[in-house]
Amino acid sequence: MRRQLLSQHLVHVLMNNSAIGSAPSKPTRDPGLPPDTLLKWYDEMLLIRRFEEKSAQLYGMGKIGGFCHLYNGQEAVSTGSLGAINPEDYVITAYRDHGLAISKGVDPRAILAELLGKHTGTTKGKGGSMHIFDREKNFLGGHAIVGGHIPIAAGVAFASKYRGEKRVCLCFIGDGATNIGTFHESLNLAALWKLPVIYIIENNKYGMGTAVARASAVEELHQKAAAYDMRNEVVESGYDVLAVHKAVKAAVDHARATYEPSLLEIQTFRYRGHSMSDPVSGHYRTKEEVETQKKLDPLVVFAESLKRDGLASDEYFENAEKRIKAVVDECVEFAENSPEPPADELWKDVYFERGGF
Amino acid sequence: MAVVSIREALNQAMDEEMTRDERVFLMGEEVAQYNGAYKVSQGLLQKFGPRRIIDTPIAEAGFAGVGIGAAMVGLRPIVEFMTWNFSLVAYDQIVNHAAKMLSMSGGHFHVPIVFRGPGGAAHNLGATHSQALESIYAHIPGLKVVMPSNPRDAKGLLKTAIRDDNPIIFIESEVMYGEKGEIPDGEYTIPLGVGEILREGTDVTVVSWSKILQHVTVKAVQRLAEEGISVELIDPRTIKPMDWELIFASVRKTNRLVIVEEGWPFAGVGAQIVDEVQKHCFDDLDAPVERVTQEDVPLPYAHNLEVSSLPNIQRVIRAVRKAMYLD
Repeated sequence: MRRQLLSQHLVHVLMNNSAIGSAPSKPTRDPGLPPDTLLKWYDEMLLIRRFEEKSAQLYGMGKIGGFCHLYNGQEAVSTGSLGAINPEDYVITAYRDHGLAISKGVDPRAILAELLGKHTGTTKGKGGSMHIFDREKNFLGGHAIVGGHIPIAAGVAFASKYRGEKRVCLCFIGDGATNIGTFHESLNLAALWKLPVIYIIENNKYGMGTAVARASAVEELHQKAAAYDMRNEVVESGYDVLAVHKAVKAAVDHARATYEPSLLEIQTFRYRGHSMSDPVSGHYRTKEEVETQKKLDPLVVFAESLKRDGLASDEYFENAEKRIKAVVDECVEFAENSPEPPADELWKDVYFERGGF
Repeated sequence: MAVVSIREALNQAMDEEMTRDERVFLMGEEVAQYNGAYKVSQGLLQKFGPRRIIDTPIAEAGFAGVGIGAAMVGLRPIVEFMTWNFSLVAYDQIVNHAAKMLSMSGGHFHVPIVFRGPGGAAHNLGATHSQALESIYAHIPGLKVVMPSNPRDAKGLLKTAIRDDNPIIFIESEVMYGEKGEIPDGEYTIPLGVGEILREGTDVTVVSWSKILQHVTVKAVQRLAEEGISVELIDPRTIKPMDWELIFASVRKTNRLVIVEEGWPFAGVGAQIVDEVQKHCFDDLDAPVERVTQEDVPLPYAHNLEVSSLPNIQRVIRAVRKAMYLD
């Protein structure tokens, strides 16, 4: 039944979206958002898209190894969410982390260098694709065990409250992670202790190859918050950066005012496979489903909205492509020309040896 | 010198370190209002309040993770497991997150946290509540494993552990909390990775720790002394990092080694000691190294079976005599 509702929503949006030639399904733009910010968001989403496309290319060339989970299609979640917080706020996520790292301000050159296993990478080549970290940017990873980082996010929020700060923690999790024990333990702890953490389910409809309905007794994942009396909200139009931003900002404002957590479910879609080793479609979802979803491309939807509001012209978007291409080219050049970690790096950072903070 | 129990010694260590450092807090099941399942945190809620002495739900993975997250951003949590047996539901948090965070993040985030609580068998608690798990933690790079055997070490080592910038596995003994001993007056700490020679000897080196050391090995060594066998008895106090030089020096003197531990034999801590000693002291050894361990079975409930599985005085004496070719 839930799936039927979703598809109805999709049909409604498609029929009304200017991106495919009809009237827009237009979210109300927060008047407090300056045009410069919106254009910056567009650029950031475009950077994430082009960065991931380049990553796929480099993976295909054998320059990136291991697991690599791309963010194509989910850009509005990253940019919309992180647009709602401040630099001192914390972000933590699972292994599909490149987009969120870019949105948090982590140097994309260092991210790509990390993917290539270089010493100039975000973690000196120690972490790889799934483990992007940046202490200065308050980006706390990149975690590869499903559910593992969910209680850690509660702990980060705990520390914020312990110190009487107003910093919040955004914790991104996949739909599949809502079925693991730590999800439930963490929601309980966060609600019980009133911790300023916002759990954001990026519901891209499949945990690897398993559809939500095949894995979760409750398909409306945000409703799992009810068991913990936690504030929750669903964003069905997760392709719309403005809708994502609005929901996350409300949760962040609430957390700053009350220390109370929220569970947000943002419905989104990944255009690539789960990782690089599985096909885009075929096994568990049809080509038609992917193509239909692609008609709600977050970049196209946002571009149409910006044009409609007279904030950007076609020329702007053409220039943006050029600017972003130059950034990605610079990332590639930086990463390719960086050295591998020196041999003695193997023994570093196993134990922390500086005496205290 | 004051005489205190291990329970009081641990309590003093946490009390002093929480007084010294605002970033230190204690969380775990029953640590606050109940004063601790084993009363180790007696009085701390009253002194420090509910902000810093925190009762948790029964959710080990959850609150271990909360501790790790808090440590990543600058706090210094003490996480109490009611027993180390229950840490197994938090094993992913400790092994995949606490232990690996510093390396995996390329040095961005270290995790100054102490996980502590009682380990080992007590009496008739059955297979899941009787485990000596030090070897599975010592196996993991990034963790340090500490196992005090007396009040002086319990206090001095716990204070050091709390000040350490790495995740520490601090394993106490479920049946030793009431055991008393002298502790120095005033402020003191004991460094990690430094063992102690409890008794000097010339015939054979025996390495043992925690409860089995005090309840079994010390008594066996006493009886051996009465037979005229001079044992050099070493308490490593820290399992990882192990004080290898102390053990090597002793083996080079006695030329024989026996290891007595509560854990299972396969890939146990003793197996690692054997490996290091055969590498570094091969020419010094006059006999194969002997090990006394728990039998390689889940520990049964029935008293007679439980007793027959765990190391005992007779088995230690037999192992020492074997190492000396006396039997």
